[in-house]
Amino acid sequence: MAQRVARGRVSKPGPALQHGKYLFIVVFLLFPVGIYGLFTVSPYLQAIWISLTDWTGLTGTQTFIGVENYVKLFEDDQFMVALKNNAILLVVVPAVTVLLGLFFASMLNVGRRGKSGVQGVRGSGVYKIVYFFPQVLSVAIVGVLFKYVFAPTEAGGILNGLLRGIGLDSLAKPWLGDPDFAFWCVIFVMVWAFVGFYVVLFSAAMQSIPKEIYEAALLDGANRFTTFRHVTLPLVWDTVQVGWVYMAIQSMDAFAFVHIMLGIDGGPSRAGDVLGVAMYRTAFNDYRFGQASAIGVVLLVVTLTVAVLFLRLARRERVEFS
Amino acid sequence: MTTTVERPVASAPAPRPRRTPGVGVGAGALNLLNGTFLLVWGLLTTLPLLWAMVSSFKTNREFLTDPWALPDVARFENFSRAWTVANIGQYFVNSIIVVAISVPLTMLLGAMAAYVLSRYEFPGNRVIYFAFVGGLIFPVFLALVPLFFVVRNLGTVPVIGEFLGLNSFLSLALVYVAFSMPFTVFFLTAFFRTQPTSIAEAAIVDGCSHFGLFFRVMLPMAKPGLISVGLFNVLGHWNQYVLPVVLMNEPDRKVLAQGLAALAISQGYRGDWTALFAGLVIALLPVLIVYILFQKQVQAGLTAGVLK
Repeated sequence: MAQRVARGRVSKPGPALQHGKYLFIVVFLLFPVGIYGLFTVSPYLQAIWISLTDWTGLTGTQTFIGVENYVKLFEDDQFMVALKNNAILLVVVPAVTVLLGLFFASMLNVGRRGKSGVQGVRGSGVYKIVYFFPQVLSVAIVGVLFKYVFAPTEAGGILNGLLRGIGLDSLAKPWLGDPDFAFWCVIFVMVWAFVGFYVVLFSAAMQSIPKEIYEAALLDGANRFTTFRHVTLPLVWDTVQVGWVYMAIQSMDAFAFVHIMLGIDGGPSRAGDVLGVAMYRTAFNDYRFGQASAIGVVLLVVTLTVAVLFLRLARRERVEFS
Repeated sequence: MTTTVERPVASAPAPRPRRTPGVGVGAGALNLLNGTFLLVWGLLTTLPLLWAMVSSFKTNREFLTDPWALPDVARFENFSRAWTVANIGQYFVNSIIVVAISVPLTMLLGAMAAYVLSRYEFPGNRVIYFAFVGGLIFPVFLALVPLFFVVRNLGTVPVIGEFLGLNSFLSLALVYVAFSMPFTVFFLTAFFRTQPTSIAEAAIVDGCSHFGLFFRVMLPMAKPGLISVGLFNVLGHWNQYVLPVVLMNEPDRKVLAQGLAALAISQGYRGDWTALFAGLVIALLPVLIVYILFQKQVQAGLTAGVLK
């Protein structure tokens, strides 16, 4: 019995547990599997089929047309804009968010060197609470808030008001109305919303690093950067890696940010379009369901590729300490 | 407030020819610089929220002419305008109804599935487990088109159709349950696996049925795990945006996040910004208060998903 306690796999129940087992299993799985199958699995499978048909709101019938929807997609300039923007999101948002998260977390947990060795800066508890604020707010709230932060002055835009206030009138512009800036504003807001999450995540990992290691590094005369590079980073690398993949996958879903801040067309000249918004627009504005599902499949393929690639490439020897 | 002035290292022996790098004069400057960075990000996080809160008490004129000043009088009528005229009250209630159905149901069904999958061997166990967990990687967008029609068609089924279909709170809640299954099952399966088998066997020997074992022994034991994943789901369901946008298109059926976004467009045109900001504050204040009260648990619950 005692060994069984610690085992982490499906444990074989003793004979007593066999009685009435199958009825119990069926009853317990019926509703979870049923609801999941009906609202999640079946739509996913249908979507893959629909992406191979010419189904639109007008035809009402689903005729198999092979990969024609996909061919059309890659000939469509607007789709390429959305795809390019998703690629930008995929690279920029995780990179900036994870780096800022690491920087702030190391400041807050091991950033201070003083009499009592290495510790977090003063007030780090307050910062950890405050930085996490955006994470608990709905994306809709964040989106609406920043729609007005970036708004023109005559609509109460606080950023332009601030720039004018400090004499930088030339920098004031209709941020979300400018094709060159609209999408970057969205990226900024996404980073703003996610950094706190990674600060907390990395903080938890850094808190579990034994303080003696830092004391040893300090005695050996390692400077901050060396300590970070050779002590902190390797010991939280696992978390960074997982966090990076998680952020990469999350950044692919910029739907709510773009939909709220830039609208269903993805902003001026559709310059801020992303796959999620393009898919939604194609399906529920243009009623081209086949085409829309093809965009969804592309999004799936990109997400899967990213997850597999990142996990493969970023794998490193795990550092153990006890 | 956050900058730290270095004191000499007490334990260090009297002045040495070279200072220990990292501790000393340069360290003080670096600490100051780091403190500044932290402060700047702290302001960047809080100022937009403060601005929204202050703006919600202003007149539209004050909002436009002097964005940073405090209002002359606190205009509470903005809140009543947001609540009734702008329909935020209705959206708020709608959100509560949906979350009140979806979260308990997610927890119950998720725990049931996770428990069976983690504790019982039977043919198909692995297939079902991976079908659930595989959902973690699928983008919700792929499902949107068929999901819309699945839900719409459910509305035409006799008898149960009355309660389901588009614009039904129950449907939306069930869809939330379905899309929360992957993470909930994944998390709770891992959790149930760590629970000792001996207690379960003792309970069975004592004459406990499988059902009794689950509800009276295993579920109470899994409380810490249920709380983490429950908080995760409460926030996730409360903040959900794309699913209600697709499934709830009648004006009085919108949920808070969706209604607020729609309001931002219509209210902006009408020029009634302060009612919009009052709506924004109504939406963000409860979540922020819950978070500040339970910040340790919320942070743990939300980050648990990545760490497991």
